[in-house]
Amino acid sequence: MLEVANLEVVYHDVILVLRGLSFSVPDGKIVALLGANGAGKTTVLRAISGLLDVHEGDITKGEVRVDGEPIHKLRPASIVDRGVTQVMEGRRIFAQFTVDENLRVGAHTHFSDLEKNLDRVYELFPILKERRKRTAGYLSGGEQQMLAMGRGLMSNPRYLLLDEPSLGLAPLLVQQIRDLIVEINRQGTSILLVEQNATMALSIAEHGYIMETGKIVMDKPATDLMKDEDVQEFYLGLHAGGRKSFRDVKHYKRRKRWLS
Amino acid sequence: MTQFLQATVAGLSLASIYMLLALGFVVIYKSMQVLTFAHPAVMLFGAYMVSYLAIDLELGFWVALAGGMIATAVLSWIAERVAIRPMVGKPLFAIAILTLGLDIAIRTPINNLIGVNIRSVGDPWGFGTWNVGGVIIQHRAVAMIVTATIVGTLLFVFFRFTRVGLAMRATAADQEVALAQGISVGRIFSLAWIMAGAMAALAGTFASSDLSGLTQSTYLVALKALPAIVVGGLDSIGGAVVGALVIGLAEAYTATYQGQYAAFLGGNFSQVIPYVVLLVVLLIRPYGLFGTEEVERV
Repeated sequence: MLEVANLEVVYHDVILVLRGLSFSVPDGKIVALLGANGAGKTTVLRAISGLLDVHEGDITKGEVRVDGEPIHKLRPASIVDRGVTQVMEGRRIFAQFTVDENLRVGAHTHFSDLEKNLDRVYELFPILKERRKRTAGYLSGGEQQMLAMGRGLMSNPRYLLLDEPSLGLAPLLVQQIRDLIVEINRQGTSILLVEQNATMALSIAEHGYIMETGKIVMDKPATDLMKDEDVQEFYLGLHAGGRKSFRDVKHYKRRKRWLS
Repeated sequence: MTQFLQATVAGLSLASIYMLLALGFVVIYKSMQVLTFAHPAVMLFGAYMVSYLAIDLELGFWVALAGGMIATAVLSWIAERVAIRPMVGKPLFAIAILTLGLDIAIRTPINNLIGVNIRSVGDPWGFGTWNVGGVIIQHRAVAMIVTATIVGTLLFVFFRFTRVGLAMRATAADQEVALAQGISVGRIFSLAWIMAGAMAALAGTFASSDLSGLTQSTYLVALKALPAIVVGGLDSIGGAVVGALVIGLAEAYTATYQGQYAAFLGGNFSQVIPYVVLLVVLLIRPYGLFGTEEVERV
């Protein structure tokens, strides 16, 4: 189980971004973390995978644990070694490398299993196998996202952290990525899915957490979240009858209801 | 014809010195995206260490060479840990200026140690030559060309096929993503400087093995490796090799023929030609002959 407990993160010593945040990703499940821009979702992932340093951020309180063992003081390399791998927002593939080289970089910590993991990734993403000698930067957006996910899988992670895998993709491709996430999970990798596309995320997640300004404001099984009036209103874009003006929705009201 | 071949041999041996230095620049640039100006000092340190071990301590050339390479690798590593590592994430310009300071800090004490006399590195080639059909080939030229070829090939294989070489390239491309893949970026930085240091010692030893020996001005040789890498493209092993060849040959041919055909340029114009080539190449291909062009989907 991957657990985050009372996590508090500060950027540049003064900017408090996460304010006592807790959640957990049980083994073999898909957990969705939803929230608007600037809620701190990406910061959560950075805190888990040890990349806060790059952005001058620090964990000031709380813990990140894998099977009860704290990992938040480890260096990124050891965290990947413990089976927690992040697939970063915006794909971030190595544009000048070939597809094959990108995947081999992903296998850095697990080079002895290179062939096995390579076969697995190429089986999951047949399109990448066709393009294996191509320069990664010239792949289409969907293929680049698959490459980023495949690269993450090359370290054979127990927990895969996906940051906005549907970002900038056409609806049909979002469907495809969604199915791939389900398949990866079926093969035994637990997934923490950070998304703005709540409909997609909740349709496959077991459990969902909703973040606002550095806190979890709601946490329910995904099916319950889908039915929740506020989530429908603010994240799913569904509402009962006619257009509704956001002017009528008082911000503090919606906060209050979520906290109750 | 003999004159041309003679110039070619001279050019190739110059090129192998430039190549060993250029490869050092490239290895560091490839992992850190930092252009180091401390390389001339590192090279001078290496040459001095070899000279000290071989002549003052009388350890014999091969032991001295190995010792010098190790000592220089260690110096280079310390420089990285102490001066460069804390600067990671700061503007590249600031780091480049810092390496200029490093160059002076290392070169000043070494200059004092070298003193005013010409030192020898105690190399076994001496002034021995072979005469091949009228072309005089120094033993040392052959040693240099063979060594540079081997080192270049090894590096090419290293970056293309090995796990650590790939990690180095990944680190240069995007440090944060490299970290996320579980690459210890810090270790990659250290390794790059260690490799560059060892190669610089080798280059320094070769540069000091000719008639002029090791003097305070030997470091000027390393400055000419700069046009070589810029011509070839900062991040390309193949580019460093080609760049070194272009610069080395251009320099040798100029030295041979300029007196005959362009005497009005004055003596020693061959010292200027590397920078002329640099200028011309940059005007035509700003990223160098083999540098990475931006990969962007249109």
